[in-house]
Amino acid sequence: MAIDTETVKRVAFLSRLRIDDDKIEATKEEFNKILAWIEELNEINTDNIEPLVAVNNTALRMRKDEVTAGRCKEAVLQNAPAAEYDYFAVPKVVE
Amino acid sequence: MAGYIIETAKGKWEVVVGLEIHCQIISKSKIFSGASTEFGDDPNTNVSFVDAGFPGMLPVLNEECVHQAVKTGLGLNAKINKYSEFSRKNYFYADMPTDYQITQFRYPIVGEGEIDIDLSDGATKKIGIERMHIEQDAGKSIHDLSPTKSYIDLNRAGVGLMEIVTKPDFRSPEEAGAFLRKLRSILRYLGTCDGNMDEGSMRCDVNVSVRPYGSDELRTRCEMKNVNSVKFVMQAIENEAKRHVEVYENGGTIAQETRQFDPTTGHTKVMRKKEFAHDYRYFPEPDLPPLVLDDDYINSVKAEMIELPDAKKHRFVETLGLTPYDAMVLCENKETADFFEKAASGHDAKKVANWMMGDFFAMLNKKRLDIAQSPVSAENLGALVELISKDVISGKIAKDVFEIMSETGKNPEQIVEEKGLKQVTDTKAIEAIIETVIASNADNVAAYKSGKTNLAGWFVGQVIKMSQGKANPAIVNKLVRERLDK
Amino acid sequence: MSDITKLTIAQALDGLKRKEFTATELTSAYIKNMENGRHYNAYITECADKAMIQAQNADKRYSEGTNRALEGIPLGIKDLFCTKDIRTTAASHILDNFVPPYESTVTANLLDDGAVFLGKLNLDEFAMGGSNETSYFGPVINPWSKDKNLVPGGSSGGSAAAVAAHLCAGATGTDTGGSIREPAAFCGITGIKPTYGRCSRYGIVAFASSLDQAGPIAQDVTDCALLLNSMAGFDEKDSTSCKVETPDFTSFLSGNVKGLVIGLPKEYRPEGLNDEVAKYWDKAAEMLKSRGAIVKEISLPHTKYALATYYVLAPAEASSNLARYDGIRYGFRAVADGEHLDELYIKTRSLGFGKEVKRRIMIGTYVLSAGYYDAYYLKAQKMRRLIQNDFIEAFKECDVILTPTSPITAFPIGDESMLQNPINMYLNDVFTVSVNLAGLPAMSLPIGLAENGLPLAMQLIGKPFDEATIFKVASKLEADAGFERK
Repeated sequence: MAIDTETVKRVAFLSRLRIDDDKIEATKEEFNKILAWIEELNEINTDNIEPLVAVNNTALRMRKDEVTAGRCKEAVLQNAPAAEYDYFAVPKVVE
Repeated sequence: MAGYIIETAKGKWEVVVGLEIHCQIISKSKIFSGASTEFGDDPNTNVSFVDAGFPGMLPVLNEECVHQAVKTGLGLNAKINKYSEFSRKNYFYADMPTDYQITQFRYPIVGEGEIDIDLSDGATKKIGIERMHIEQDAGKSIHDLSPTKSYIDLNRAGVGLMEIVTKPDFRSPEEAGAFLRKLRSILRYLGTCDGNMDEGSMRCDVNVSVRPYGSDELRTRCEMKNVNSVKFVMQAIENEAKRHVEVYENGGTIAQETRQFDPTTGHTKVMRKKEFAHDYRYFPEPDLPPLVLDDDYINSVKAEMIELPDAKKHRFVETLGLTPYDAMVLCENKETADFFEKAASGHDAKKVANWMMGDFFAMLNKKRLDIAQSPVSAENLGALVELISKDVISGKIAKDVFEIMSETGKNPEQIVEEKGLKQVTDTKAIEAIIETVIASNADNVAAYKSGKTNLAGWFVGQVIKMSQGKANPAIVNKLVRERLDK
Repeated sequence: MSDITKLTIAQALDGLKRKEFTATELTSAYIKNMENGRHYNAYITECADKAMIQAQNADKRYSEGTNRALEGIPLGIKDLFCTKDIRTTAASHILDNFVPPYESTVTANLLDDGAVFLGKLNLDEFAMGGSNETSYFGPVINPWSKDKNLVPGGSSGGSAAAVAAHLCAGATGTDTGGSIREPAAFCGITGIKPTYGRCSRYGIVAFASSLDQAGPIAQDVTDCALLLNSMAGFDEKDSTSCKVETPDFTSFLSGNVKGLVIGLPKEYRPEGLNDEVAKYWDKAAEMLKSRGAIVKEISLPHTKYALATYYVLAPAEASSNLARYDGIRYGFRAVADGEHLDELYIKTRSLGFGKEVKRRIMIGTYVLSAGYYDAYYLKAQKMRRLIQNDFIEAFKECDVILTPTSPITAFPIGDESMLQNPINMYLNDVFTVSVNLAGLPAMSLPIGLAENGLPLAMQLIGKPFDEATIFKVASKLEADAGFERK
């Protein structure tokens, strides 16, 4: 499944990454090389194989419904590139 | 009920609607973190490092959210899936701190179910539930504090949500409205979601398409996100359906798109087109192993289940003799149904129902009170009905007694006693009044005797009036006729 | 006094207990090494002042007799572990100003046992790389370098180089596809990746959640056991942490390997395997055989597919795990070119991430995207099952598996073939990734020098949660190999 330039652009957008126009071809080539290598997996028939989701086969543990965290506004905001009035600030979101 | 048909000069159309409802789960802490779910605190107060998506932070599932989901699933008569999986839904959004939402995708916790909805003509209809899954809520963006910036508050980020997806079973705005009311009623009975659409604790996405009446095709649907009241949902369906019909009849096609409902105009408009369509890239959440529930657990939740509105309504009709309509109204919320049952206990249930549907609700409405705040207690309302049943007071006097009860909160026996309102059933006392009335109205007695027998009613009225309303009307009626015909 | 920084942790603890030197002296000596060894570029952040305070506290504990398991031992921490109030960068520009307000569980465990933190160690950006060349803070130099500067391996390159050059007594590492074992091998020291779920991932910047596991990098097998004793343990904050006992790993060091079955997977001896690597592998097997172990050829038939499987799953998880670095809540934020929030995201992430990280994010995004999920991601999950099954079958026939750690020795920084084709770099993980896919424990320990004078290493792979057998066998192999560290 070779990918085309449009797909490279689309994947870049979904990843919120920019690829300069002059790099798109090279990126596409590189992707196709890696994907071709990955496609060696198709040598194996996996039709009846259960996908492995959790390596340890343990059931999910749950916690009690207790308030044990939060109320640490300063710590939550201390690393923010921009915080105003106890909010994280971003350029106006245009819907 | 008669079908909801959109009829134009060119033909008849039918609307096909499905709903997706996000319901905030009632729990003390968030679904994957120990921060409080408290609403209305200062921005970013009830936020843990997990909720804010900090590096290396990991989700741990809140058992109460699972418990509430299973309860809700049972309330929707749905299959509880013993195996479910959490997945990540990936999209960049300022309100979503990890830029993915932990949700359930391939394996939801609740499978297919169905609930009955009650329609205005007294009919019921079954609405299919496709699935219900649990997930985390997003934070909130505030756009109106600054002209150039948006502000982000993560207090809501990570609150547990149940997303209920219906089958496309609705054929009218009314059905969708009835469903939302029924769902809200079930959730409130169960205490799993407070169901307040205006506060956003229950949010509805509406999928609408139309098709020529009588056909069974499924045409392109449009989704309206976050419509925040039952009325608006109904309005949105109506207007969106009309828009589709118009487009089709003018030879156009409907594009699958997300639209926004504008409550001020009642119309929908397309939301900003994205450069690329969403591609959520769901995959199993590697930070959470699959959720496995066993029969013991599910049975223990089943054992906790209380009687839900439909069962209660059925019982009220079957064993208490209520009309289906009265039963439906009384069962819509649990507090009302409980109040009714308490009031009706040991008394004439039908009479109690009539009183609640009439004077009692009118009083609450007038005073703008919740049933929990009612000055008239359930016991006292029952006692009032009992006084009527036992002929201690007349229905007319009872209205006055009720008025006093709603002002003072006193019990009816006390009021009747204090005000001397006890009905007079003593024939001797009534006969004495009759004699007085006859003595002072010789002309009317003569008129009666000459054939104007309908004057009997007038005499009855005079007697009751003279007894200050306390004389039992049935006894007065009997004795007046006997005396006049003597 | 001889150079106390040449001591192993076990020896240093002994010296501290015997009061041959103080913790302050030990820490000062390491700080001096750290400062004199800056040309290795092993540390991203040095914390000499904090370390001295911790050392003074340790001395107090020794004098009071309340010293804990690692009291006063100066460690380096891979800069992927969040450390409270100490900058944590993941070797990325996007986090180069991030100061966590919390402590990872593993580092908290070490602190609770009295360890001293000298600073934060360099790594490949977000642990993505096999040579430590993708770090925003520049490459780390392997202490074994002679005429040309060599890579220390990756991603825990700073950890391995610092331990080998005695810039710390021991270090933490993380291993997603070989990131502890490969650099340990390249630097002639010892490291163990424990069973998935043995060490908590809470507070470790995530790369690929289902594969990431923390472990120690140290001078020898005994030191690895001492550090793992402290690092491991159940943590309710990590839903993938396993509720298993943490044994005293040092108690297995004196064990006997007689009768143990050592498996040698035939698939790890592909056509063209370096002769020296093959020779040392045979030699290691001979050493164990002469101690009474039974050496047996086994098969892991899907070995060939492990790398491709890994390079689907790890980037897929990474693409999602790294979405949160969006410039909103913490870390680097670029000045956006336009009005829309997407432009802020794109510029921040394009400038904030390095080339390899961006490459993996995009590969990961692609393999999860609509239309490709089944062909790549689901396929890889199924392959992962087959690879795990290979080990389950193999361990029916043997107690521990012996393989080389890496097919090559350390290579020069800026090696053209590695830079030209990322797959060439990926191929270095050929012997290590299967272990992560199967969630197994594995140790790398030096076995001898290649003709080029650089260390070669062996890998011991154990059954899930059977680190005990690995320690037992490794201690014998270590004794017989008699490898001379730097």
